[in-house]
Amino acid sequence: MSSTKDEIRKKRKSAFSRRGFLKGLGAGTGVLSTGVLAEQETDAAPATPVQGPGAVAITLDINGRPHKVNVEPRTTLCDTLRNHLDLTGAKRVCDRGTCGACTVIIGGKVMYSCTVLAIEAQGKKIQTIEGLAQPGKLHPVSQAFWDNDAQQCGYCTPGFVMAAKGFLDHHPNPTYEEVKKGLGGNLCRCGTYVGVRKAVLQAAKEMQGGRNA
Amino acid sequence: MPNYSWPPMDKRRIMGKRTSRLDGPAKSSGRAKYNSDLNPKDLLFGTLLTSPYAHARIKSIDISPAQKIQGVTAVRAIKNGGDEIQWAGAEIASIAATSEEVARDAARAIKVEYEVLPHLVHEHDLSKVGTRAKPAGEQVAGDPDKAFQEAEVTSEGEYGIPVITHCCLEPHGQVVQWNGDKVEYWPSTQNVTQVGNDLAKLIEVPANQIHTHMDYMGGGFGSKFPPDLWGAEAAQLSKMSGGRPVKLFLDRATELTIAGNRPSVFAKVKTGAKKDGTITVWQSQTWATGGYTGGNLNVSLFPYVFNKLENKRLNHTAVSINAGSARAWRAPNHPQLSFVTCSALEDLAAKLNMDALAFFLKNIEITTRPQVYKAQLEKAAEMIEWKKYAHLRSDTTKGPVKRGLGIGVNTWGGLGHDSQCRVTIHPDGSVDVDLCSQDLGTATRTMIAMVAAETFGLTINQVKVGIGDTQFPPSGGSGGSTTIGGVTVSTRKATVNALGKLFDLLSPVMGVPADGLEAVDGRIQQKGNPSKSMTWQQACAKMGTQSISEMGQNKQAEAVKEGLINQGTSGVQMADVSVDTDTGIVKMNRMVAVQDCGLVVNPKTAESQVFGACIMSCCAALMEERIMDQQTGRVLNPDMEFYKLAGISDIGEIIVHMDITPEHDARGIIGLGEPPAVGGVAAISNAVANAIGVRVPMVPLTPNRVLAALSQRRIG
Repeated sequence: MSSTKDEIRKKRKSAFSRRGFLKGLGAGTGVLSTGVLAEQETDAAPATPVQGPGAVAITLDINGRPHKVNVEPRTTLCDTLRNHLDLTGAKRVCDRGTCGACTVIIGGKVMYSCTVLAIEAQGKKIQTIEGLAQPGKLHPVSQAFWDNDAQQCGYCTPGFVMAAKGFLDHHPNPTYEEVKKGLGGNLCRCGTYVGVRKAVLQAAKEMQGGRNA
Repeated sequence: MPNYSWPPMDKRRIMGKRTSRLDGPAKSSGRAKYNSDLNPKDLLFGTLLTSPYAHARIKSIDISPAQKIQGVTAVRAIKNGGDEIQWAGAEIASIAATSEEVARDAARAIKVEYEVLPHLVHEHDLSKVGTRAKPAGEQVAGDPDKAFQEAEVTSEGEYGIPVITHCCLEPHGQVVQWNGDKVEYWPSTQNVTQVGNDLAKLIEVPANQIHTHMDYMGGGFGSKFPPDLWGAEAAQLSKMSGGRPVKLFLDRATELTIAGNRPSVFAKVKTGAKKDGTITVWQSQTWATGGYTGGNLNVSLFPYVFNKLENKRLNHTAVSINAGSARAWRAPNHPQLSFVTCSALEDLAAKLNMDALAFFLKNIEITTRPQVYKAQLEKAAEMIEWKKYAHLRSDTTKGPVKRGLGIGVNTWGGLGHDSQCRVTIHPDGSVDVDLCSQDLGTATRTMIAMVAAETFGLTINQVKVGIGDTQFPPSGGSGGSTTIGGVTVSTRKATVNALGKLFDLLSPVMGVPADGLEAVDGRIQQKGNPSKSMTWQQACAKMGTQSISEMGQNKQAEAVKEGLINQGTSGVQMADVSVDTDTGIVKMNRMVAVQDCGLVVNPKTAESQVFGACIMSCCAALMEERIMDQQTGRVLNPDMEFYKLAGISDIGEIIVHMDITPEHDARGIIGLGEPPAVGGVAAISNAVANAIGVRVPMVPLTPNRVLAALSQRRIG
C-alpha cells in the first residue's frame, strides 16, 4: 500500500487542497485523509467551463447506470447522492473530508464524496454501496462486517465497507498492520475497530481469486 | 401464575449463544434507512441560524431578506430584540427551503444586531471564575482531620478531565411533517416512546396526534432524549410551509457546539494511608462545568468504588460558563469519578512504594463488592501479564520509550426500565413481537428476538421484531443501561403468556394437560416426549382464524423478585502503554477489560459493547477535548479534524473477558452499555504515570502535556 501512496505523492503537482476551495478550509487535513485527497487532486480536470450559479443538468454514471439530476455547481457529490438521488448509503457526518462516512469509489479510487462536487464527477464511474452487490445478496465485505460485528449504530459502516472494498481492490492480500493503516481514513464513534480489522482480513480471504469482487 | 424465569444456563438454546445482529445485513449493505436518510415527497430542508457570540443581547433581528429568497418557504425568528444569548451556537432563527443550499443562503441573509456582552468560557482556573462559581457545600464523613494526623503516608495531587462532546455520527435532528391535525415525526432519538410526548408540549398539540417512527439511529450516547428546540422549529416550519415535511439535522459544527457534552472535572485530592498500604482518609476539592447551568458531580461516590472508606471530606463547586449545556454522557459522572479516584489512589501507592495492583487488592474490603472486584482484578492481571510487565512507578530501562501498566475500575446500576410488549402468534405460525423501544447499536432488536425465539423454541428469523414506532406498546428510553433489562422481561412475559394461550388451545387436541407441554426446536410436544408432538406450524394452524395476542410488562421490583433482572455491575480495565519521552507521544499497546453484567444474553454483541467502550476510553484519555477560546467565546474545534477521535490504527490490542459465571448468571439480566466506558481513562492515565514516573495531571494525555509533566512545567 505504501507504494501506491508514493506514486501518488510523486504525481502530486500542487500543495493546495481542492477541499480548501470547496469548504473554505486550508490546512489541517491530518494523516487520515491525505492519501485520499492526494488521489483526488491528481485527477482534477484542468479546465471546466463556468457553470451556475443556478442548478445545471448533469448526468452521473452511478453503479453502471446513468442518473440525470439538476444540481447547483456548489453541491457536493455526497449531497447529490443523498438529497437528489435517494442513494443514502453514503452518510454525511463531518462534511469536510475527515471521517469517511460518505466514502464512494470513483474511477476505481476510494474518495470522500463530501469533497467532490457533483459536476466534477461527470463522466466518471461512481460506485456507491448500493451498487456493491446484486439485490438480495451481500458483498463479501458486507458479509464480513456482519460476521465480525464490525458495526454498532452502523452510521459509519457503509463508508467503512466501501473503504475496505477499495482497499482490498488494491491490496488483495493485506497483513494485519496494512489493514490498520489502510483503513485509517474512516472514523467510528461506537468503537467497532476490533471487528473491522477482523472483517477486512476475512473479506480478503473470501475474495481471493476475484470471487464476487 | 406462569413461570417466567429464564431457562437454566445449560438448557438455553439461543440466549447466551453468540448471535450475529439481526439488522447487520441492512447496516453493512447501506440499506438501513436512518431518519436522516429519509426523502419523503415534497421534502423541504431546514437549517438554523446560530449566535456567533457567547454572551450577547439581541438588538434587532430582520428575517425579511431571507423570506425574499426564491425557494424559501418559511422563516422564523427564534430570538427577538431584547433576548439574551448565553452561549455561542444558541439558536437565533430557523429556515425551511426547497434545497439545503438555499436554506443556508437564507440563514446568511438574516440580519441580526447584537450587543456583545462579557463572557467566560474557561473553568480550569477556579480563582478566575469569580461569581460564576457555585459551591455545593461540604460533605464530611468520619474524622478526616484526625485521620490525616494519624496517617503514616499522605499524598496530594491535582487532576483534570476536560469537557468532551458526544460527537454522534448521525447528528441530532429529525424529519417532521405537521399536516392539519397530524404530526408525523421521524427523529434520531434514544427515546421513541416519550420524545413525541415532549414535542407535543413544545408545539402545543395533543400527544396522540404525534406519530413517532425510528428504525435506526446513528449514535446517541446519552445526548438524544429530548425533542429539542430544533425539533419544535422543524415542526413549526412544516406547518408554515403548508404541511410539507421538513428535514432539519444539525451541521457538524452546531452538533459539537450545542448538542450536548460531558462536564469537566478538576480536582485537588489529598489521601492518607498506613505504611502497610491501608488507605485511611480521602479529601477532595473538585470543580466542574457543564455549560451555562453549571456542573454538578455526585461527589458522595468518592473514592469511587473504594467507597466504604470511613474518613472523607468532599467539596465541590459548579462553574457556570458561556457554553452549550451538558447532557448525559455514557455513565454520567462515573468516568470522571473513576479517573480522579484511581489516579489519586495510584499516586498514593507510588508514594508508598507499593505495586498498584497489590495496593488495590490490599484495600479491596472497602469496595462495594469485594469478592467480585478481587476476582476481576486478578483475572485482568492475568490477562495483561501483570507479573511479567509490572514495575514500581517509573520504567528504569534505558532509552526514551518507557512502558507502564495502569488500572481503572467501574461500577454501574443497569436495572431494566419500564417496558410493555405485545406478542402476536398468527395461525400461519408467524410471530410479531412489538414494543416501542429502540436499538442504538447495542443489538436490542436482536436480543428481543433471541428471548422470543427461546420461549417459542423457534429461530430468531422466525420472529418479527417491531420497534421504534409509537403504535407499539410503550417502552422506556435507552439511558442508564436500562434497556436490555426492560425489553427482555417484557418480551419474556408476553411470549410466555402467548405460549400459555397456545398450550391451552392445544391441550385437548393433543390430549396433554397445558402445563405438560413444551416448545422446543420448532415443535410443540409433551414434555420430554418428542413422539407426542406437532410442528409449530401445525400447532398454530389449530388457532383457525383467530390470532393469539398477549401482553407482557416489566415492573422493576416484581422482575427483580422473580430473578429476571437486577442491578449493580463491576468491571476492571487495565492498560499497557508506551510513552516516547522525547516526543511525548503515548501509544496504547493493550487494554484488557473484565466485566460482569449478570446473565449475558448475547456474548457476541456484549463483547462489542466492551470493545467499543474501551476504544471510547482511549479517545478520551489520549485525544478528546472541547477547546474553548476565551477571546471569541467559541468552540475552537467543532469539527472532526481537530476534535480528535481515535482511528483504527490508534488503538492497540483489546482483550475482553465477559465475566460469565453461574453466580453472576443467577442474578438475572443487567445493563452493560455504560460501565465498560468508565475505567479506561484512569487505566491509561495510570499506565502513563507508571511508565514515566510522574503524573500527567490532565487528560487527554497529549504530547504537550506529557512533555510538560516530564519537565515539571504547569500548563492548562
